[in-house]
Amino acid sequence: MTYQVIMAGFGGQGVMLMGTLLAYAGMLEGKFVSWIPSYGPEMRGGTANCMVVVSDVEVASPVVTEPNCVIVMNRPSLDKFERVLLPDGLLIINSSLISKEAERSDIRVLRVPCNDEAMAVGSAKVANMVALGAYLAATGAVSFESVEKSLKKALPERRHDLIPMNMEALRRGASYVNR
Amino acid sequence: MRKIFERPKSLAEAAQHYCPGCTHGIVHRLVAEAVDELGLAGRTIGVSPVGCSVFAYNYFNLDFVQAAHGRAPAVATGLKRVLPDRVVFTYQGDGDLASIGAAEIVHAAARGEKITVVFVNNAIYGMTGGQMAPTTLVGQKTTTSPYGRQQEVAGYPIRVAEMLSTMEGAAYIARVAVISPQSVARARKAMLKAFTAQLEGKGFSLVEVLSTCPTNWGMTPVEALKWVETAMMPVFPLGVFRDWEVGEA
Amino acid sequence: MGEKMLMKGNEAIGEAAIKAGCRFFFGYPITPQNELPEYMSRRLPEVGGVFLQAESEVAAINMVYGASCAGGRVMTSSSSPGISLKQEGISYLAGSELPAVIVNIVRGGPGLGGIQPAQSDYFQATRGGGHGDYRTLVYAPSTIQEMVDLVMMAFDKADAYRNPVLVLGDGILGQMMEPVEFPDEPPPEPLAKPWATTGAEGRPPNIISSIILDPELLDKHNWHLMEKYEQIRKKETRWEIYDPYEAEIFLVAYGTMARVARAAIEAAHSRGIDCGLVRPITLWPFPERAFDELADRARAYLSVEMSTGQMVDDVKIAAAGRAPVYFYGRAGGVVPSPAEIVKKIELIFEEIKGGSKRA
Repeated sequence: MTYQVIMAGFGGQGVMLMGTLLAYAGMLEGKFVSWIPSYGPEMRGGTANCMVVVSDVEVASPVVTEPNCVIVMNRPSLDKFERVLLPDGLLIINSSLISKEAERSDIRVLRVPCNDEAMAVGSAKVANMVALGAYLAATGAVSFESVEKSLKKALPERRHDLIPMNMEALRRGASYVNR
Repeated sequence: MRKIFERPKSLAEAAQHYCPGCTHGIVHRLVAEAVDELGLAGRTIGVSPVGCSVFAYNYFNLDFVQAAHGRAPAVATGLKRVLPDRVVFTYQGDGDLASIGAAEIVHAAARGEKITVVFVNNAIYGMTGGQMAPTTLVGQKTTTSPYGRQQEVAGYPIRVAEMLSTMEGAAYIARVAVISPQSVARARKAMLKAFTAQLEGKGFSLVEVLSTCPTNWGMTPVEALKWVETAMMPVFPLGVFRDWEVGEA
Repeated sequence: MGEKMLMKGNEAIGEAAIKAGCRFFFGYPITPQNELPEYMSRRLPEVGGVFLQAESEVAAINMVYGASCAGGRVMTSSSSPGISLKQEGISYLAGSELPAVIVNIVRGGPGLGGIQPAQSDYFQATRGGGHGDYRTLVYAPSTIQEMVDLVMMAFDKADAYRNPVLVLGDGILGQMMEPVEFPDEPPPEPLAKPWATTGAEGRPPNIISSIILDPELLDKHNWHLMEKYEQIRKKETRWEIYDPYEAEIFLVAYGTMARVARAAIEAAHSRGIDCGLVRPITLWPFPERAFDELADRARAYLSVEMSTGQMVDDVKIAAAGRAPVYFYGRAGGVVPSPAEIVKKIELIFEEIKGGSKRA
């Protein structure tokens, strides 16, 4: 199985970290992974995105042109990436910030109020984890345990007290799948 | 019998290619004397420029690197950063240092790079055949300023010593001439002081030497020496512009 | 090997250089390679090395020149416009026979161009780049792990041949993260450099120079360099042939493009057309021998590039008329998609016909 995902949002929404955690977790599970960020002036306050591949086989192209999932954290990202999703692909929309509905009918859409759920567990900063939780519950790309291990690697020691809140956000996101 | 004159050990026993009346030979000797007097011959690396002194490495008994045009201060920086306990100097002309290499010299000074720069200013491009230099005087005729340097077209000469003396990274900046026994003696002292600044880790040091180019100036050697005094020195006054021991002059 | 880490390409290059014993780095900011000098500015002081941000790329490469003269293991990096500025220094390094490693994280040009990944510096990299008759060994990794392995090797090859070595990446390889492992063992003892200018204590002076005014002597020097390049051609040429389907059509691609090409090969296979891949790992020397190996079988080559067609010239030379050579490329930072490449493959398949589509 090869998971190809594009994650997009405003700079500061933790989109890069969300992708990094997915890639890291995949690596810890012995899978082949790659992660590429968008870079350049668009990073300075505009929209940011990253492309992640998690696969059982060697990653051929790290450039995701036909994603089987797109996670959009803001409206401009929805407008930009809805059209590139493969038919039957999964579109995760941060409904806290995006009122617009998806236009396509040949895809699966999951609306998750990421910011609202994040606030409920204590900080808008973990909205990315809510989205990631929904993604993992829907696809099973990697396990929650691997993400927890990745958080320990990705966050500096002094921030490890934030891990429980991040994991709670992950679970809240997951609760939006199949309900 | 007491020996009163000999070739400095660091100066190679080779016939120099410089024109009659050119003062490069004197400046070479002053560098070699300073290196010998401070006992640095075995741990000194010179960097030669592009210009008349491109072959300077043939005239010293020292390790030498030939640098691209204007880049000697950057090359010297690389040498010094790898070998901080060695002594590194560049030997550059006015075209090399003040024109194409203006960025490199300014930044080496700004960084306080612990190198010594010997800057030979003869107000003209020698090797390429007498073209206008960044230090060419207003009104001075060269092969690319045949009507004399016109300030409305070609601007004004750069006073390198004064400009670099504004740099906090510079430990010692002086301008000397080599047109008389007295001026050579003063130049010798300046050279020693510049190398001492490096040895003591005080920062960047530079000695600007007003020099002659009788061939491209179209003068006899004696006329050329006179011209340094009457035409160049009013524009490029001699003196010490920065000295770590006394503060900014 | 050590622990597997997820690392950005630019940072992995930096760590690989340090593991290879590089202790001197001179650079200047330019996107998309900034993480490399930033990494070196953090790491080199930890290992007793020197990082210096130069006033320009021109100054940086000349600092490299000086550091190399002093016998230091030294590196610089930049991206396309900055590499153009370094060409003077690279020519001098080649002329004076000095080792150095130069990384180009290529972006689209010409001029200021863009900042997205490209392969448009192929000509510059493989034809010397600066003035004069010289070559540089050019490595073109296609994964972060390979980038690490080749960067480490680049320092040894630079020393062994006393020649600059280029590592050509692109914005994707510089910016992407992949798992990577570093060898545990310390780097091999670098070669002695009796030619270095370190002060002439106890020996005759060493002179490092590239000026030779006598035409006879300069001719001799050039032929001496050419002999060295011939040795490099014999011993250092590297490539990989990926041929899971015993194909008759071969894609030719390097770096990031080779990965996209592999995705295209799988997509073409699922549509009944079998292709293989020739992946040059050294761009100079170009792996002409790979094409000799395939001569009996290959009925067409397709050079796929993130440029308007540069490597394709070398593919034509290597194919030597034994099979037609096609080209597909996008420029300016656009990465050709597997789907675009498959379309081109289908056209080629139609053209060469005779080859039967797999049932």
